[in-house]
Amino acid sequence: METYKLTVNGQPKQVTVDPDTPLLWVLREDLKMTGTKYGCGIAACGACTVHLGGIATRSCVVPVSLVRGRTIVTIEGIGEDHVGRAVQNAWVAEDVVQCGYCQSGQIMSAVALLKSTPKPTDTNIEDSMGGNICRCGTYVRIREAIKAASLQLK
Amino acid sequence: MAATTKIADKLHLSRRSFLRVSATAAGGLLVSLYLDFPLAAQEGGQSKPKVYPPDAFVHIKPDGKIVIQVNRLEFGQGVQTALAMLLADEMDADWSQVVAELAPAADVYKDPLFGIQMVGGSGSIAHSYQQYRELGAKTRAMLVAAAAEKWNVPASQCRTEASVVHGPGGQSAKYSDLADAAAHLPVPETVTLKNAADFRLVGKKIRRLDSSPKCDGSQKFGLDLDLPGMKVALVAHPPVFGASPKSVDDKAARSTSGVVDVFEIPTVSKGTAVAVVADKFWTAKQARDRLRIDWDLSTVDRADSLQLQKQYKELAATPGNVAVTHGDEKALDAIAASDRIMAEYEFPYLAHTPMEPLNTTVRFDGDRAEVWAGSQFQTVDQAAIAQVLGLKPDQITFHTEMAGGGFGRRATPDSHVQREAAAIAKRLQGTPVKLVWAREDDVQGGYYRPMHTHRVEIGIGADGMPVAWRHVIVGQSLVAGTPFAAVLIKNGVDETAVEGVVDTHYGIPNFHVSAHHPTVNVPVLWWRSVGHTHTAFVMETLVDELAMRAQMDPIAYRRKLLNPDATKVRGALDLMEKESADWRSSLPQGHAAGIACHESFGTGVACAVEVSIENDRPRIHRATLAVDCGVAVNPLTVESQFQAGACFAVSQLMVKGAITLKEGYVEQSNFDGYTPPYMVDAPVTVDVHIVPSTEKPSGCGEPPVPVLSPAVANALSRLTSKRYRSLPLVAV
Repeated sequence: METYKLTVNGQPKQVTVDPDTPLLWVLREDLKMTGTKYGCGIAACGACTVHLGGIATRSCVVPVSLVRGRTIVTIEGIGEDHVGRAVQNAWVAEDVVQCGYCQSGQIMSAVALLKSTPKPTDTNIEDSMGGNICRCGTYVRIREAIKAASLQLK
Repeated sequence: MAATTKIADKLHLSRRSFLRVSATAAGGLLVSLYLDFPLAAQEGGQSKPKVYPPDAFVHIKPDGKIVIQVNRLEFGQGVQTALAMLLADEMDADWSQVVAELAPAADVYKDPLFGIQMVGGSGSIAHSYQQYRELGAKTRAMLVAAAAEKWNVPASQCRTEASVVHGPGGQSAKYSDLADAAAHLPVPETVTLKNAADFRLVGKKIRRLDSSPKCDGSQKFGLDLDLPGMKVALVAHPPVFGASPKSVDDKAARSTSGVVDVFEIPTVSKGTAVAVVADKFWTAKQARDRLRIDWDLSTVDRADSLQLQKQYKELAATPGNVAVTHGDEKALDAIAASDRIMAEYEFPYLAHTPMEPLNTTVRFDGDRAEVWAGSQFQTVDQAAIAQVLGLKPDQITFHTEMAGGGFGRRATPDSHVQREAAAIAKRLQGTPVKLVWAREDDVQGGYYRPMHTHRVEIGIGADGMPVAWRHVIVGQSLVAGTPFAAVLIKNGVDETAVEGVVDTHYGIPNFHVSAHHPTVNVPVLWWRSVGHTHTAFVMETLVDELAMRAQMDPIAYRRKLLNPDATKVRGALDLMEKESADWRSSLPQGHAAGIACHESFGTGVACAVEVSIENDRPRIHRATLAVDCGVAVNPLTVESQFQAGACFAVSQLMVKGAITLKEGYVEQSNFDGYTPPYMVDAPVTVDVHIVPSTEKPSGCGEPPVPVLSPAVANALSRLTSKRYRSLPLVAV
């Protein structure tokens, strides 16, 4: 067991856990922030996507010991960011969600895309969203919502 | 007719329904509709008034909020919004004040036709359409009566809008202020429902009620449950179904910090598994990985996909139990070989892999238990847990948790996940335990859409139309050995394996279908659209092949072959033809259109896809879908279900879209080996067109799935001149 100091959504946090514990499970079980989802545990579905030092990252394969000083932003905090807010609003306006379980990760990937590429092409969208599985299959509306959010951010 | 509709017919019990109302302790009006089953009521010789739990359908709160209980699991299909719309519309409730909750397990929430509380057969709206409308209309009538009494005016001169009753002299009163008085009035026996023209919500595109919490991380799913003192369990399942350990070395697992207990539990498939209970998921997973188990595989059958394929192919060459026969069975043999085609199709096992891994939380308190589960089968799961714990179902408080997808996976007749959870909780009496099936457990854990082989021989007439059709289907029965068998197995034929063929709307004069259901040591389960997952692929690729052979337009050919009374498929086909005409007539070089149409669960669907080949894979540029589902209660949800269902359907085409077994072991374990479609695999755009209808609503959850994969295969055939008869689509 080791003690780690983390910055999650701007708040300082401290946890004492096994160093190998993936960031996902620290968020979900130690910090009780369950908006970040477990889908596969092998970085194949993107449900666990958070922003680590500003980069969209699969938290299920990042041991907490490797987070070091990087800031963590999760779905619970992304609405504080104007791009994050615009993406969440577009998701609601476009009625994207179905079961909704993957959408935390989809939104975190979409925000990262729009921060780096404010006017994404279809190819940009497919590349950036390419690792996020939506089993319900809401991809058509995800694509539309990203474009709608992009327009809002002009 | 979909087989599941037939279950409804069989289980349809004569009953009387009535409303109970009461003022609540906290104020406001509760309205409940109770179904009183005569058989239950006759126990003890006379019908005794039942004491019901607080299972109201509508609760008008003093602050104006209207809380509606939804008698179904919400797992993406949108019933939480649509059922609330039906009730709120008839009630003239202020939609902005409506809150919809998922009801716990209780008799009052059973499906009015199926007789158990469940989601399946795309029946949620179809079966509860009248029920929820009547509930709303009766609630409204009581509120109006209360206002009329207060103002001393005839009720007929009052009108309602947005949770307010307006009187003839300009009076007005909010529902929340009338609720107490209304609760003391008799419930009307009958009510007049609105005419379609008067709907304020039904038929309008209404956004989902559950969007915001699913976009900001606040929505709690079953897996997110956190109770005081809760422990998490993972289970090491036998690597071959039904096996048990010879020996278990759990020293390392037990010494893992945070582990509470390690013990053996029975599996539904008559084997033994090893449960690990710990303070957290990650601890339990680490500890499970440290178990050293020597499994005894000597007594279990070891299924093998390649061997099964060979066995199924041989079986398909022999007649099975007759599912349907009309015309002359021998007519085919009289047709010249040059006018016949023979086609063999193979389909693999498919896992559902809903995004939220399977889980159930149980706390056993000796004489009671409390359960939290995202279940499609609350009644069945509640009874199973009760049996394991030695309790009666009504001693189990069963909370319906929001679920992250399901596609049939949360509707298990044997409640195997819930039985495991109960067995674990029983040992840790007083402690809430959340059983989690990790993704690997889900992918390797069985309950797959079964493997199937089809063998079809077709005799073609001089006009290019089929005159004789002999069809043999081989695959495990979904319902053999379950309570559903009595209803769904006839003459040795499981109707869920042959639906979509036996009830085809194509008019084929000499038509003979039979089926074999081998027993295999692999648990199987319904997968979104059930038999139609394979039967529609066979029918629609073969009909397309016949159209090409006849050198006819694929839509015109289908229209000619469809029976005149196939109104829903015909309507969908016509609308799809019109809406896709522009793009189908201006396809770029290297692109082709593929067509399919199919009826399932009472809903007619037609589909056109634009496909090219990129990197040796189908690239689906667009799909145009037309649907006749009767009244579209929420056209926005219908559109979303069809758009996304078309993407879900691509699962069957993925290179890694199969579960395979080798010597009893499942060869895939996670999304790296069994890969659902990503965005790039899905259609880029999907436009959905709804056939206007005043008929009662039919299903929209499953009917999007059957058409997409044959449409894509048909487009590919036009590009490559090859036929595609095996899924997944490994090579284009």
